[in-house]
Amino acid sequence: MRTQLFLADFSNLQQMREFVAQAARDAGFDEQETYAVQLATDEAASNIIEHAYRGQEGGQIEITCQARSDGLVVILRDHGRSFDPQRVRPPNLKAKLSRRSIGGLGLYMIYHLMDEVQYQTEPGAGNVLTLFKRRGVQE
Amino acid sequence: MNITTKSLKHCDLVSASGRIDSATAPQLAQALDALTKSNKFKIVLDMSGVEYMSSAGLRALLTTQRQCRRYNRGEVVLAAVPQNIKETLELAGFTDIFKIYDDVVSAVGSF
Repeated sequence: MRTQLFLADFSNLQQMREFVAQAARDAGFDEQETYAVQLATDEAASNIIEHAYRGQEGGQIEITCQARSDGLVVILRDHGRSFDPQRVRPPNLKAKLSRRSIGGLGLYMIYHLMDEVQYQTEPGAGNVLTLFKRRGVQE
Repeated sequence: MNITTKSLKHCDLVSASGRIDSATAPQLAQALDALTKSNKFKIVLDMSGVEYMSSAGLRALLTTQRQCRRYNRGEVVLAAVPQNIKETLELAGFTDIFKIYDDVVSAVGSF
């Protein structure tokens, strides 16, 4: 298990992606699976920076990677505003260009890139997003 | 990320390389905005050098495509899209709204 704390700033997304990519490769993921873990982590962290902390300075994101026999767990913790993922409307991917919305796309991508997604919020303990990707299962 | 823009006879060629995420997507948006603000709506985006793209990059592409397609005055087409990024475009349903060409020459030739 490895944990690292990052300042919640877009300029740190690359470091966050490298951190989870290393854990994914160490867990035996191929490049395509590793890319999926990086993309899901980036989308989750970008949402935290943009919506949970809303540009507020000094916020932090703690990322924990835990290898399991069947895959990799990535946990993102923050202390910003919480949200209810059930209330985020899924994007309409068949809509005409003029009616396309980018809102909700990041969350939609996380659900499709990962095998399990859990979101918990506890007063005082912050928000915890737990992502799991199984090894060796092609999308 | 690095971006260069080149004016060709029938379109403009934007070449992006490196990583497009929430930190760098504003640079791409700015380069594309500069073209549409100069009334240039036929754009080829050469993605051969792009290693990574998140939904922040998709947002910049969508905004520009809306500008370009308005009044049928043009469009953004994508060229030489790496496999990982093509999968992201498919996942987001963007392959319905962007033409993708295997290489820059055929993308430029489409205008």
